[in-house]
Amino acid sequence: MRGVVVIGAGHAGVEAATSLRAGGYSGPVTVVGAEGRPPYQRPPLSKEMLDDGGDPEALALRSDAFFDDRRIALRHGPAVDIDRAGQQVHIAGDRPLDYDHLVLATGAAPRRIALRGRSLGGVAELRTLDDALALRASLAGAERMVVLGGGFIGMEVASAARKRGVEVSVIELADRLLKRAVSPPVSAAVAAHHRAEGVRLCFAEQATELVGSAGHVTGVRMGSGRVLPADLVVLGVGATAEDGLARRADLATDGGVLVDRWLATSDPRIIAIGDCAVVCDPGAGTRQRLESIQNATDQGRYAAARILGEKRPYRAVPWFWSNQGSLRLQLVEVAGESDQLVVRGDGARFTVFCLRDGRLTAVESVNDPGTHMAARRLLERVTPSEAELVAVDYDVRALARRVMARETAVA
Amino acid sequence: MSSNTELVSTYLIVERRSADHEKEMSVPIVTYVYDDGSEHTVQVAVASSLMRTALRNEVRGIVGECGGAATCGTCHVYLDHSTEQFAPPSGDEDEMLEWTAAPRAANSRLSCQLVPTQEGAQLVVRVPAEQV
Repeated sequence: MRGVVVIGAGHAGVEAATSLRAGGYSGPVTVVGAEGRPPYQRPPLSKEMLDDGGDPEALALRSDAFFDDRRIALRHGPAVDIDRAGQQVHIAGDRPLDYDHLVLATGAAPRRIALRGRSLGGVAELRTLDDALALRASLAGAERMVVLGGGFIGMEVASAARKRGVEVSVIELADRLLKRAVSPPVSAAVAAHHRAEGVRLCFAEQATELVGSAGHVTGVRMGSGRVLPADLVVLGVGATAEDGLARRADLATDGGVLVDRWLATSDPRIIAIGDCAVVCDPGAGTRQRLESIQNATDQGRYAAARILGEKRPYRAVPWFWSNQGSLRLQLVEVAGESDQLVVRGDGARFTVFCLRDGRLTAVESVNDPGTHMAARRLLERVTPSEAELVAVDYDVRALARRVMARETAVA
Repeated sequence: MSSNTELVSTYLIVERRSADHEKEMSVPIVTYVYDDGSEHTVQVAVASSLMRTALRNEVRGIVGECGGAATCGTCHVYLDHSTEQFAPPSGDEDEMLEWTAAPRAANSRLSCQLVPTQEGAQLVVRVPAEQV
């Protein structure tokens, strides 16, 4: 038995490996990381870990003994090539690994943008723990930070910087924050929250150049020609799938590693999961790549189940959260194109119900965790129609309870 | 001058170590109990939640998907016994507990929100069969 090799030691890869053992897989399991560190949690990197007191040790996903006890071997890569015919993965400076099944969990990396001055000192990106620790050190001495990109990472970093007394401006090309992820009412609430915290938001603006002096950034020039002064610039303009290894191995890729509903790549022995995978569903006409913990862990668990013989396709209701200072944003499903938005709650605490063609497609909550959880339980089971929602005046708690009670009655 | 400074700092470190050591003597202890009657007793590290303590000590049945932000509801426990008094669940935790995978009881808590600090505290939590 050659065993299973997992490339990537993030949330998806570790979940796949541990779920294999939990499911009784007895062959060799090896996780190949690229960072030379034991696996750690990523969500705190843009939140608590930017505070002074955040303890990097506390980020460990599991103890070293946990992996030893389960005979999960951790190898420090990076993996450089896949020999599909020989079923081997080549590791930099190490002997190759044989596999029966290969799991690609290579994640995503900050989008590279061509911008003059991006190699100046004081220009930061955030993906790894090392990045977070470097950014934290920079924040200690910074007075004015400019964030390029009003997405989740950018806004979480903005909150952390404000908490540390740094002046913050955010430059966003679109006309609102988080435009690709949430509806306009949620964007507006997020913007109001950050403005109240003293963050300056510049919409429909683009950085054209980072200017510097003596090798260190001093400002961001915008399309209008105006220069925003800055001694720290964070690039938060989205991420792209790490699919280089898959491309070199001639697997099908298109903005990520293409997989079918069983998460198999164009090579049936190779599965791709997490941020790097694009799930194609020709029947539904959809292609979806998600960057979230839920997606990483659910697909990790599924990859293990699939290797252990699961026949049903992967299915999960996506959910997501972002804490930005005191603001708690929680999403169920991805709205995409909505033709109707219904808002329930008040300015400080509310939920947006997104509908398309008379069906609930996504639920976005601001400081409203109970509604979020109820919506998750509901959408895991059914896709309510507009009429069903109107009948309960969008009280999804009541609707979820009713659906779950019916389930119990049937059981 | 510099060697003096060094001596002083060494002394301070020694002092701190012994203080840490004393603390270790009476760190909080938690027992995780399962439906099948098995249990797992471990020490709680300083400022560690019962969720993190479970993950670090290979205690099964606690997922903690969100890493401790009280936002996923996968670290649900029943707090059966505690010598330390905890503040009741916050509004957010209270709402999340309504929708955990296993049914809520009067003593349900999210273990990521339970951080024992009292010296010598002893706790017993029951781990539900389902978290996801």
